[in-house]
Amino acid sequence: MNVFNHKNLLDMGQLSVSDINLILQTAESFKEISSRDIKKVPTLRGKTVVLFFHEPSTRTKTSFEIAAKRLSADTFSLSSSGSSMVKGETLIDTAKNLQAMNPDIIVLRHSSSGAPHLLADKISASIINAGDGSHEHPSQALLDLYTIKEKKGRIDGLKVAIIGDISHSRVARSNIIGLQKMGAEVTISGPPTMIPHDISELGVAIVNNPSEAVLNKDVIMTLRVQLERQSKTLFPSIKEYSNYFGINEKTLSRAKEGAIIMHPGPVNWGVELSSQVGDSPCSVILDQVSNGVAIRMALLYLLLGGVRSEETAN
Amino acid sequence: MKKLLINGELINTERLIIEQKDILIDGGYIKGVLDRGALPYKQEDIQCIDISGRFIAPGLIDMHVHLREPGAEYKETIESGCLAAAAGGFTGIACMPNTEPANDNSTVTEFILSQAKKRGIVRVYPVASITVGRNGLNLTEFGELKRAGAVGLSDDGSPVKNSEIMRRALEYAWYHKLTVISHCEDTDLSNGGHMHEGSISARIGIKGIPSISEEIMIKRDISLAEFTGCPVHIAHVSTEGSVHAIRLAKEKGIPVTAETAPHYFTLDHSAVQGYNTNAKINPPLRTPADVQAIKKGLKDGVIDVIATDHAPHHMLAKEVEFDQAAFGIIGLETALPLCLNLVREGVLSLPQMIKKISLQPAIILGIQGGIIKEGEKADLAIFDMDEEYILRKDDILSKSRNTPFIGATLKGRNIFTMIEGKIVWSRDSKYPCC
Repeated sequence: MNVFNHKNLLDMGQLSVSDINLILQTAESFKEISSRDIKKVPTLRGKTVVLFFHEPSTRTKTSFEIAAKRLSADTFSLSSSGSSMVKGETLIDTAKNLQAMNPDIIVLRHSSSGAPHLLADKISASIINAGDGSHEHPSQALLDLYTIKEKKGRIDGLKVAIIGDISHSRVARSNIIGLQKMGAEVTISGPPTMIPHDISELGVAIVNNPSEAVLNKDVIMTLRVQLERQSKTLFPSIKEYSNYFGINEKTLSRAKEGAIIMHPGPVNWGVELSSQVGDSPCSVILDQVSNGVAIRMALLYLLLGGVRSEETAN
Repeated sequence: MKKLLINGELINTERLIIEQKDILIDGGYIKGVLDRGALPYKQEDIQCIDISGRFIAPGLIDMHVHLREPGAEYKETIESGCLAAAAGGFTGIACMPNTEPANDNSTVTEFILSQAKKRGIVRVYPVASITVGRNGLNLTEFGELKRAGAVGLSDDGSPVKNSEIMRRALEYAWYHKLTVISHCEDTDLSNGGHMHEGSISARIGIKGIPSISEEIMIKRDISLAEFTGCPVHIAHVSTEGSVHAIRLAKEKGIPVTAETAPHYFTLDHSAVQGYNTNAKINPPLRTPADVQAIKKGLKDGVIDVIATDHAPHHMLAKEVEFDQAAFGIIGLETALPLCLNLVREGVLSLPQMIKKISLQPAIILGIQGGIIKEGEKADLAIFDMDEEYILRKDDILSKSRNTPFIGATLKGRNIFTMIEGKIVWSRDSKYPCC
């Protein structure tokens, strides 16, 4: 039975393998809409989607907005700088006020890990976590899974290396959980200062040196060096990071033949990824962006589609 | 009128045994610890209080409490904190100086004591700050603070970062016979962290507080105590490495004592999952291995004292994003049942456990209490070992309700509390307050 029994999408941990498969299949059926001349279907007409972005975002926000509009939902954007939160209103207060206007879905981006979980308990609209602190970014992991499946034909049994600042990366966390659920083998890589203590308990292999980490891998996932976020102690300079941990054609040549290279964007070209690699045929970075719209359409549809039982709705 | 407590099981914290004794109280003092029935139960000038089936402990003493007055009376007042303490079986509480203003001068110490006298139903022992404004820079007037009634010194909440200042504090406090209670935390390692750094923090994406941030400072303070020969008391020990360091120090004869809190032997970092801000504490809840090490430290006598670190916070400071939430939980009303779990698990005998939360802190702070014998003040806690109940928010007497134990089933409960022979708090109408 294809039933999506969730009120919210908070993290990858909540999804079963069949949930993930259902999302990927649903995205597949929506993908075609984006290539039509008239890119709009009436599926979610009359539904309201609030994009509540408490942190800067271009890609994810635009992607959700396009997804909602292609399904004919009404969208409304709220950022922290334009909201009363700058006047000292708490997150819960703001959300309760939003709730009073009866939206169907709140897509939340927030700098604090767990912020969507806090709201999920307090309000009745569905919450989609569009990135919370260093915790998770489930829609990104889902679009990554979709892209991997599209390019490699499967996920089960693949070997994936995730390279970069694992400590601060919500993309890495969501992908580790999602990839493992779908049967892939995950290796994480990066300077020891960016690998969380005790992360091996999640069942990942740790290979600090990227040149070794990519050996025999089917998928190389690089992460953005968050120049705006990282404290000074994690690496001494951009130049040094790029020299020792950046991915270039030489590193990539050690991966399995036909390996794909991914990045959640925006890329710091020449830092974590050389521009040659970005332009090479193995790069699927722009496919990730296109697939993001389809995945988000699927999520909005499944959460609003009325296929969830009343029991879990409460 | 004289009082005779009959048919109770008396906990002897000196000889570490349980005795079937009756207690005669007169004029606020214990006049006799008598064999069962040695004094006839029906005499005109004696009020007999039958507590059969219950235990009599010396009034519990909590050497680590935050009362929030002056400055944050919306979280807790001296009055409400004392009430919560009495309900939990405590007759004495030492209050930490991180008030607003900080208790860094005799005026604040005197204010606390005068409020306690007017409104508090248990004994309040102020702990003054080590440095002015708890800023870690200039020593407070230890002599003057002692004269005003302070029993100890601590910059609790913040460590004294500068080792030279900590050294001088230990030396100068020793001269004034004041106990220095050290909050051990290397804030360069812990800053920005919100929970234990380990597998759970890695999974849920919360910046961690590593065990070493506590252990490094404990090791420093042990070195200072060894070098100066002056005692230091380590607050809220939470890690296996800390227990190990203190164990080695004690074996070498270094004058160090230590406390832990009930949550550190009851919960581990998994309690934070789901971003439960009521499990956000500093030091943080650690791993199951740390919990075991804390229990072993209690059993072996490495950890001398159990103190609650009762830290009331308004719900607005807890119903927020996890990394925005305040650190700390309340503990006065849950300490006894959680400590009784140690007895049920065989970690400590009942007298050993009670000693760690009465006589031992009294000795470390140099205050009265913790013992039931002739000539002592009749400060007592009468409790039921086996009563089970679910902790409900509305039953909490503290002004704040920030505890991870709401909804939990607790076993063992204080029935009434006596100070100088008067029942100051009771949950049973059979034993009415005076």
